[in-house]
Amino acid sequence: MDLELIITSFPKLLSATLVTLKLLSASLFFGLFLGLFFAILRLNKNKLIRGFAYGYSYVFRGTPLLVQIFIIYFGLGQIEYLRTTFLWVILKEPYWCAIIAFSLNTGAYTSEILRSAFETIKPGVIEAGRSLGLNKVFIFTKIQIPIAIKQSLPAYGNEIILMLKGTSLASTVTLLDITGVAKFIISTTFRPIEVFIIAGSIYLFITFLVHNLIKYLEKKYRYQ
Amino acid sequence: MDLISFGDNGWGDELFVATLMTIAVAITAMLIGFLFALIFTPLKLSKYKFLNLISNFYTTVVRGVPELLVIYLFFFGGSGSIMYVAQIFGYYDYIEINSFLTGAISIGIISGAYSTEVFRGAIQSIDKGQFEACHVLGIKKYIYFFKVIMPQMLRLAIPNLSNVWQITLKDTSLISVTGLVEIMRQSYIAAGSTRDPLFFYSFAALLYLMLTYLSMKFINRVEKKYSRGY
Repeated sequence: MDLELIITSFPKLLSATLVTLKLLSASLFFGLFLGLFFAILRLNKNKLIRGFAYGYSYVFRGTPLLVQIFIIYFGLGQIEYLRTTFLWVILKEPYWCAIIAFSLNTGAYTSEILRSAFETIKPGVIEAGRSLGLNKVFIFTKIQIPIAIKQSLPAYGNEIILMLKGTSLASTVTLLDITGVAKFIISTTFRPIEVFIIAGSIYLFITFLVHNLIKYLEKKYRYQ
Repeated sequence: MDLISFGDNGWGDELFVATLMTIAVAITAMLIGFLFALIFTPLKLSKYKFLNLISNFYTTVVRGVPELLVIYLFFFGGSGSIMYVAQIFGYYDYIEINSFLTGAISIGIISGAYSTEVFRGAIQSIDKGQFEACHVLGIKKYIYFFKVIMPQMLRLAIPNLSNVWQITLKDTSLISVTGLVEIMRQSYIAAGSTRDPLFFYSFAALLYLMLTYLSMKFINRVEKKYSRGY
């Protein structure tokens, strides 16, 4: 055990935590909208639209996140046309590529979580709203969404933790998040155990915070 | 389509072998995971607080830390720690453990943590009366575990185990960082030498989709077999 290494690498890893948290919050933010959008598509009556949304979630849940990042970071740059559009400003940055990949990935999982939450809402609740003369949008935003959020909190908490672990893949496209910095320190000092302990504890600490936040929210939004 | 033709000009045969490698690593990792689950599930269900603590520590840490970090730990730390043990026994040469084993063990440990949770959940949801009935009938502990508890547990565990399998299969892509030539690594090599990353990574995605699709089909069949009578 090399205590000095632990002490010197702790601040480095802590500053890398900021990168991880930025990646996590950005992709969760975009992913939530994507997820909601595709969950709504899944409830559509049109078979084609439903199939499209199902295909999206199937592809992104059936392939490793690493492949998705590589396609976006290495693959899309290959298309000549893209290089001439404004999209290239975003796509040449590994940071944004990682966020796009993570958002699409977590969007797929979130859409599944929200879909099943929407499906478990009892039809009576919606019928009650309709018989009171509320319009469709009002029923959706004020009745269905709040119930769905409450239903999906535990599963969404798991998804946040999975995504936190997913952000470690940003290190494969040259970003220096916690795992990226940890790998750098390991490969220069050859002391994997010490670095693993610190980096692992930082991740576990974030997991712990997320876990408790979700628990708190679950309690807050429970039926009275 | 020339790119994926078999033979010297295409990458078809290389990718085929790489796919087999992915399957091999995933299955090995899953079996190693079962081995870990076999050890840690009883600890989790034990009445002794200390044993519970050990098992909870294992599942919490492994499930809360990124897979990539675990792989780096074993990749960089694996041969070092084995050499350290070997030195105690007076062996001073350099020992290199191969990347297949490193990968399979690190993914196996991760998969084991998930399997442990699945088995614990399955055993806990078996009706208490089943245990009591065995007790009353005076059935030997091993027989009652294998003939009574195990079949019921498997039925409950298979749907969740299929999730663990999917996670394990997808995690094997991360082993490519250690240099093991599985689908991801082979696509990386092919993409580098042909300068066509878009095609090869998309093809890799297709291969993974195929693997997950086929394994789902297979698991559904097994699930049907084990839920006969329900």
